[in-house]
Amino acid sequence: MKKIKKIKIKINGKLSTISHNTSLFNYLIKLEVPMKKVAIELNEQIVDKNELKKIKLKKNDKIEIVHFIGGG
Amino acid sequence: MKDYLKIANKNYKSRLIVGTGKYKSMMECAKAVKFSGAEIVTVAVRRVNIADKKKPLLMDYLDPKKITYLPNTAGCFNSKDALRTLRLAREIGGWKLVKLEVLGDKKTLYPDMIETLKSTKVLIKEGFKVMVYCTDDPLMAKKLEDTGVSAIMPLAAPIGSGLGIQNKINIQIIRDQTKLPVIIDAGLGQASDAAIAMELGCDGVLVNTAIAMAKKPIQMAQAFKNSVIAGRQSYLSGRIEKSIFGKASTPKKGII
Repeated sequence: MKKIKKIKIKINGKLSTISHNTSLFNYLIKLEVPMKKVAIELNEQIVDKNELKKIKLKKNDKIEIVHFIGGG
Repeated sequence: MKDYLKIANKNYKSRLIVGTGKYKSMMECAKAVKFSGAEIVTVAVRRVNIADKKKPLLMDYLDPKKITYLPNTAGCFNSKDALRTLRLAREIGGWKLVKLEVLGDKKTLYPDMIETLKSTKVLIKEGFKVMVYCTDDPLMAKKLEDTGVSAIMPLAAPIGSGLGIQNKINIQIIRDQTKLPVIIDAGLGQASDAAIAMELGCDGVLVNTAIAMAKKPIQMAQAFKNSVIAGRQSYLSGRIEKSIFGKASTPKKGII
């Protein structure tokens, strides 16, 4: 069996190891991210949520997922 | 005629805006918001906790369809971070009405007005409706107005200080020179501070710490609600002239 290549990415500042060629959409689904309540950045660029399936994650990608919390 | 607070072409019945930070729980926060009667709440943008999926979300307690979320840039110390934060906020749910605050000093939490003015111009170009946290400097307030902001939000005193309005004269000058809503933001300590702001002619107040950190936050939320209403009514009623001498309230005629 062919060994799946693993890559390292950063999500919300933490390192994570994932399979090469994982789509951003599949990765966020796996993390159970509540899509409608968040905004997503890939390498400091805001990602259109309709484009998530088209984006394949690459080595050293930086993902930020933010939401609203209490604040003054 | 109904007396509404009009911001960016939308009318609000309540002139009290409340922050949603520092509460013991989301439940307490939601209850305080309800008792404050506020129709606008400020919210912050932060990272989602990926590890803890069960952590309650603010949106589960305060429905953004029923209450206007006003995303802020709390904790941003430069224009770049503030812009990034508000662009993300807009992405979460299409919010265009935002509160910009760019801080300049960690000790006083005073706003950096040069970075603030710079950010304001960019945001307006990008179609945001910007409510701006600012110093109580009338000249700066005028410069912000000229960029096309939706509301001027001068501080009463440093954020979270509870000192109340420190420079009433400046607030009055800012009030008199602008047609924009003037909303006192930061530094109020107790309900009467809100009444004073409203009596100066301000259009609203924004309160967080004074409610959230009170011994009884829910009761304090109500107190602020009542105080804002009282202060507004008092302002609209037109106060009497001040006199250094006494003037009897009872007629002399018929005195025995």
